[in-house]
Amino acid sequence: MLDAQKIREDFPILKRRINGKQMIYFDNAATSQKPRQVIDAIKDFYEKHNANVHRAVHTLSLEASELYEEAHEEVAEFIHAKDMEEIVFVRGTTEAINLVAYAWGLHNLKKEDEVLVSLMEHHSNIVPWEIISRITGNKMKYIEVNDDGTLNCESFENLLSKKTKMVCLSHVSNVTGIINDVKRIAKSAHDYGALVLIDGAQSVPHLPVNIKDLDADFLAFSGHKMLGPTGIGVLYGKQEILQKMEPFHGGGEMIKEVSYNEKTKHCSISWNVLPWKFEAGTPNACGAVGLMEAIRYLKRIGMGSVKSHEEILTEYVIPRMEACCKKVKIYGTKNTSIKCGIVPFGVDGLSSHDIALFLDNYGIMVRSGFHCAQPLHETFGLSSSVRASFYVYNTLEEIDQFTKVLKEIERF
Amino acid sequence: MVKVEDYVARTEGTCGKEQDVIVIFKYDKKDEAIKKIIGKASVKKSIGGIIFELAYQSFSFRVYGSGKAIFRGLKNKEELNSLLLELLS
Repeated sequence: MLDAQKIREDFPILKRRINGKQMIYFDNAATSQKPRQVIDAIKDFYEKHNANVHRAVHTLSLEASELYEEAHEEVAEFIHAKDMEEIVFVRGTTEAINLVAYAWGLHNLKKEDEVLVSLMEHHSNIVPWEIISRITGNKMKYIEVNDDGTLNCESFENLLSKKTKMVCLSHVSNVTGIINDVKRIAKSAHDYGALVLIDGAQSVPHLPVNIKDLDADFLAFSGHKMLGPTGIGVLYGKQEILQKMEPFHGGGEMIKEVSYNEKTKHCSISWNVLPWKFEAGTPNACGAVGLMEAIRYLKRIGMGSVKSHEEILTEYVIPRMEACCKKVKIYGTKNTSIKCGIVPFGVDGLSSHDIALFLDNYGIMVRSGFHCAQPLHETFGLSSSVRASFYVYNTLEEIDQFTKVLKEIERF
Repeated sequence: MVKVEDYVARTEGTCGKEQDVIVIFKYDKKDEAIKKIIGKASVKKSIGGIIFELAYQSFSFRVYGSGKAIFRGLKNKEELNSLLLELLS
């Protein structure tokens, strides 16, 4: 069992008071707070090791390069990838998905091909594929969602065919917290010869993820949602697939050789080895170091404990929210065994932003709006929703305070 | 002559179908702004000092003690500015 009170001591920001109240941060699905260890690692990098990686033979550059490569290895081990060749550092989940859409989709999708995406996806896992389909002419097929927010497996099976070339699905919904059975989805998709891309933005930070076991071809996630800094994220890709793919961006780092050919009046170019082939330009080495430290922090807690802690919080909050105020309505399934620590809700007669502003008045931070998942809100028939989302430093006492404030809303 | 920017730190369009606008008042001016607005608009409902549901002309909006307000059904930024100007004058 995780000791949230002890963990809180590592997070300086949690000591803040907002509007005269002790801050309660329940917007973890948007971004997480950072522990002292991550902040120190970033400071240490800039104070002692900062240099451009893979560029020079001087001591600082070698140190920075070693740290940068070590960060790749740490990520590979964390998600059980084969090795660091399968770990591409990007800015975040959005860029990781765009990388696959452009570097794979643009070169492999044809007019008759189909890409399957679910209606519960974050816009990041919809828009890049819609853009590509406008270029290649491939069809987009949307997997339906049940009334309780779970994936409609029948719809998935019905849409799957030999025309399906890519299945894109979130591991955990960023609105409902529902965990999709991506292992089963990957198996079915592979039976039809399709590739599978998993949006792991809400899963990798919150539960143990073993990519070998899931057998997805791509996994995208962000550092800033898992205690790491912003501007660093990961694309995992199976080595043999990444090997065959064309690069996403061109520039330094991603090439082995660029040689001008007098006869052709062109440069002949050969790509660098993995993962550098997909990391054009000066990389975010400091971000990578911060992410490495964040992973080490999470590993010390244990991802199983992270998952259990969020389950306890979610089990605790749902009945209390319903009991404290008759006007509160929780959206999606309340079955915590298939959920991470995300609770979407509304209050009759109030807009999501009214609720968020009301809670903000008491120093409680939640997200309101579409959460970049408009199609799912349309499926639910909602104009927007409020989302409370938890992480390792949240406590039952904070939930008590949250439900106490929520009760106040009933007076309005 | 009152200037809206003397009181308002920033405005933010909301995400969602509602398309509301959230106005964040400057920290050191928020109490003065709230007092002026409550003086001009009629209070429909309130929870003492925390949230005020207000009406002014054909507009309805809510003001929070934290120094934020949410305005609904506005046509554009110009309409918001002229409404704020009237309320803060």
